[in-house]
Amino acid sequence: MEGQKQVLEKLRGAFRSGVTLPVHFRLTQLEAMMSLLEDNETQILEAMHEDLAKPKFEAVLSEIDMVVNDLCYTISNLQTWMQPTYVGTNLATKLDDCFVRREPLGIVLIIGAWNYPLQLILSPLIGAIAAGNCAILKPSEISRATEKLLAELIPKYLSQECYAVICGGAEETKKLLENRFDHIFYTGSQSVARCILQAAAVHLTPVTLELGGKCPCLIYGRIDMKSAAKRLVWAKFFNAGQSCVAPDYVLCTAETRDMLLPFMKEALESFYGSDPQQSQDMGRIVTDRHWDRLIDLLKKSEGKIVIGGESDKKTRYIAPTVLVDVKESDVLMQEEIFGPILPILTIKSLDEGINFMNEREKPLALYAFSDESQVVTTVLERTSSGGFCSNDGIVHMTLSGLPFGGVGASGMGNYHGRWSFETFSHKRGCMLRGWGLERVNVLRYPPYTESNLSWLRWATTSKKKGWAGCSIM
Amino acid sequence: MSREQKAVERARKAFLTGRSQSLEYRINQLKNLLRFVRERQKEIAEGLKKDLRRSECGTPLYETLGLESEINLAVRNLKEWAAPRPVSKSMMTISDQVYIQPEPLGLVLVIGAWNYPWAVTIGPLIGAIAAGNAAVIKPSEVSSHTSKVMEDFLPLYLDKELYPVVTGGVTETQELLKQRFDHIFYTGNGTVAKIIMEAAAKHLTPTTLELGGKSPCYIDKNCELDVACRRIAWGKYLNCGQTCIAPDYILCDPSMQDRVIQEIKKNIKDFYTEDPKKCLDYGRIINERHFKRLMGLLEGSTIAVGGENDESECYIGPTILKDVKPDAKVMQEEIFGPLLPILTVSSADEAIKFINEREKPLALYIFSSEDKLIKRMIAETSSGGVVANDCLMHFSVSSLPFGGVGNSGMGCYHGKHGFDNLSHLRGCLIKKLKMENVNKMRYPPHTADKIGWARFFMLKHIDFGSLGRMAMLALMVIFVAVIVQRYYTD
Repeated sequence: MEGQKQVLEKLRGAFRSGVTLPVHFRLTQLEAMMSLLEDNETQILEAMHEDLAKPKFEAVLSEIDMVVNDLCYTISNLQTWMQPTYVGTNLATKLDDCFVRREPLGIVLIIGAWNYPLQLILSPLIGAIAAGNCAILKPSEISRATEKLLAELIPKYLSQECYAVICGGAEETKKLLENRFDHIFYTGSQSVARCILQAAAVHLTPVTLELGGKCPCLIYGRIDMKSAAKRLVWAKFFNAGQSCVAPDYVLCTAETRDMLLPFMKEALESFYGSDPQQSQDMGRIVTDRHWDRLIDLLKKSEGKIVIGGESDKKTRYIAPTVLVDVKESDVLMQEEIFGPILPILTIKSLDEGINFMNEREKPLALYAFSDESQVVTTVLERTSSGGFCSNDGIVHMTLSGLPFGGVGASGMGNYHGRWSFETFSHKRGCMLRGWGLERVNVLRYPPYTESNLSWLRWATTSKKKGWAGCSIM
Repeated sequence: MSREQKAVERARKAFLTGRSQSLEYRINQLKNLLRFVRERQKEIAEGLKKDLRRSECGTPLYETLGLESEINLAVRNLKEWAAPRPVSKSMMTISDQVYIQPEPLGLVLVIGAWNYPWAVTIGPLIGAIAAGNAAVIKPSEVSSHTSKVMEDFLPLYLDKELYPVVTGGVTETQELLKQRFDHIFYTGNGTVAKIIMEAAAKHLTPTTLELGGKSPCYIDKNCELDVACRRIAWGKYLNCGQTCIAPDYILCDPSMQDRVIQEIKKNIKDFYTEDPKKCLDYGRIINERHFKRLMGLLEGSTIAVGGENDESECYIGPTILKDVKPDAKVMQEEIFGPLLPILTVSSADEAIKFINEREKPLALYIFSSEDKLIKRMIAETSSGGVVANDCLMHFSVSSLPFGGVGNSGMGCYHGKHGFDNLSHLRGCLIKKLKMENVNKMRYPPHTADKIGWARFFMLKHIDFGSLGRMAMLALMVIFVAVIVQRYYTD
């Protein structure tokens, strides 16, 4: 087993050799990742089932297919993305070539999470490979089976010189972070994120942090409650609520809540039957420790359980649970829930709901359900969040065209699709000048005179809309 | 509550009122900033003269012209920059709105530097204002006269609460860094940058760091040496070498060294006369500490041109060092002064190797008439930016992102890049509650064929360019009909 330092040195040597630069190499690696997923779908599904009791449907759609989709999109567009983009110039620089090159950063570190153990580590890796970097993957040790599988499969399919998997817990990760990377991509919690940023500061390493937060779901105004309830229930209890973009809590008026609850019961019944514990489609909590935390929250909560509440420690099962009359000060409102527990808080007006959300940290996602487009627009314009989705949950993150990332306490940077490529690239501004036009240059040299200055002003200030502005300095 | 805390709280409160959101307001503030730059040229020039002995023309040329240009660009394009940016959809979201909405981050801290105090302090501020943020402006205390001009006059033009100027030294900056910001934009050196990033870590604040490094300047045998040397001399001795993207050192073939020295010497004379000390167009070192530091760097190297100095005036004449060795003192840190070392290399390969053995610089300069060589050097090295056959000029093209990589920094600005860098690009999916039947295939209980349909619908990408819209709609109708028929009775 190679030590961390040896692995890093090997990767650095590979990067310096330039092997990751040609588009052909990058495409070959991406296609190899595709084969990895196609050849091993069954084992992957089994591993995720072992870790999270992840239903096959969820594992296929939200894990395997998300990565496959990103791979297809990246493979078909990579050549275009790699082309330099030419930019506008002004009169003084008309004969010059000004363009932006996307260049690899070097060695990147990708730290995955346990809730979507495949997607959250392979999706960033796609961007890292596409951008021409070498990468070290540090999968979450909590999703043990998937970690083990990744450690086995990655070296089998991808270049062992350029990409490595390093396994371990907090201690190993700490040690890993003492090394110098050219970018660190972390998905996880805010407290660990702070440590990562501090470690990155030592080497001035740029960082992408995909964190979480309490994603609010505001339901207001005229609304098709049946559809809204279905989508809300689907988004909330997907992966047993263990999604960074799951609707964390609901804000609505008492009347809306009274209309909502029967439809939620109906939706839950149609999804998971009368006893969700028997349903193959209901996930489980990842570890005993996480289960204990959630049960503790439920016990301490002062809200009233109106749906669910059942649990089984042996199988780490918690029933889809909904509580009402939850107050701001309730334990359920103090941290990201990350489980199948949905508190409903009542508000009296849209303003109250918006103010409530704005008094809190910016979440990774914010949801507004309403048939009134004015309500949706108002919420969108008066709040801030990583991403926003109206009248549905989670699905906005499946769109490769949208940058997926947080803001404020929910994170920094973004990825998915072309955004991944850009995240792992350096945008290098390039200017190629000729020897001519030295007569124009003369204007900028000392001795400085007023008349030269006037000519330069004329030659370099942009005259019309769309022209790139320019100046001497 | 400390003075810094008060300023921060006031700015945040002002931001929360929402007044910086409207484009009109932002444009108004930007126009006021423009007026300030134009109306206060005299005060600005005086401050710069006292701080850096900047000449009369040097002020507009190297500081304010650039700002005017950036402000005008922002004002003209703000509507477009701030508008929703539509993106590609998937089949499942065909009837939805999918776009990116740029939004303000909130409160930005801009920490300026002393070498081009206006360009690097107000430059980022333009992006901050354009993006709708509030901003605390912390000018460098080292350029103290300019700092005072900012403190005295900016509040007369800009919203005092939204854009306060907080002056001070290390203590005041540390106090500022204890507060929470939504972005910190720092221009300066790597040592302080690490402290800033660490302080930012506590609040999970993103940072833009515009640092420096030793920007190499490679002169190929095949080039117009006279023009090259003129441009290099200009780029190097501007502001007495105190430019983050000044060509730090030269790499060239040994056979060229003497001619390079001659040519640069000639241009020094053309620019600054026989006695640069008396020339108004030649500046001074910012302070005694830097003067002493630079004099120390001369140790162990051979002076080919210049070397004259006068501590009482912090004057160091334009200096060229020859036959410099890689382990010389002058090669151990960013020079940031009018000392130009020449190191000899026997080939472009050796130059590339030399450059790559060192930290990634903020700029790389390549002087060559051979296109292929230029392209090769660009491809085989890394740096913040590159200019072939000139120096510094890429700073002035607003459409090029200006920033470092590795030790030379992170993030970028200028033009739209400045706007985007200080915005949050929020991904938005606007759906309606209709067409719920299409959603049925994603809901449990999960069956094998549902997986098939869902796989097809949810994740495929639609490129409206290649498929006719009508054809798509027709396909959509057929598929919806099939699904409704299959699952409607569930």
